[in-house]
Amino acid sequence: MADVNRGNRPLSPFMLGKYYRFQLNSVTSILTRITGNALIVAAVLIAWWLLAAATGAEYFATVNWLLTSPLGYLVLVLSTLGLWYHTLAGIRHLIWDQGYCLEMEKADRLGWIVIIGSVVLTVLTVIIV
Amino acid sequence: MRYLTDRKRAVGLGAAKSGTGHHWSMQVSSIALIILVPLFVFTFGCILGAPYEEVVAYYSRPFPAIVAALTLWVGMVHFKNGAQMAIEDYVHGFTGRLTIILVTCLAYAIAATGVYAIAKLAL
Repeated sequence: MADVNRGNRPLSPFMLGKYYRFQLNSVTSILTRITGNALIVAAVLIAWWLLAAATGAEYFATVNWLLTSPLGYLVLVLSTLGLWYHTLAGIRHLIWDQGYCLEMEKADRLGWIVIIGSVVLTVLTVIIV
Repeated sequence: MRYLTDRKRAVGLGAAKSGTGHHWSMQVSSIALIILVPLFVFTFGCILGAPYEEVVAYYSRPFPAIVAALTLWVGMVHFKNGAQMAIEDYVHGFTGRLTIILVTCLAYAIAATGVYAIAKLAL
């Protein structure tokens, strides 16, 4: 039978909200993607900062000022939160890939560990660094 | 309408046969990054805000330099593969392929910039 509805079906990422209600697993999954992609901002800033340090004192002063300014500091702290979140969420994926903790309660518990753990690690990082 | 059976229409589409390699690459880079990320956060965090001479001296040492170079390189490979997955989900057709190419170029550009800078600082 020919399929009349070819290529016009709702695709999974666009079904959220409208067709599926938000829940811990879907929200933590979306956040993993958002944080992973947003970390490109920190990568650009850090590569730029290193390039400036390799170029000379004057150029370094400019870029270093930008990174240590309140706005730069805010971006870096938020990136740290994103980095720890993405790291913990990645570990959760590696656990799932091995076939463990796929039960609802365990998966939910892991979700909360990822959220709370990333905040705790960020606070620790800010205190230590 | 063309006279094709469902099977004939599906054969050759679907998986691009590179999914296993992609998934394996993500697993390898993610495990590498679990080790690298904490090392990088604390080595980089300690030196950020220090004066120019100290930063240059710091990245002349092997440990901070190697950690920073590896984190940027492996991180960008991981980003390239991860972002590709997200793009494949949300952007389709020509635009999707073009976005993947641009993101790949950006990832390698950042990795090369970081490694070049660290090599220059370290040597």
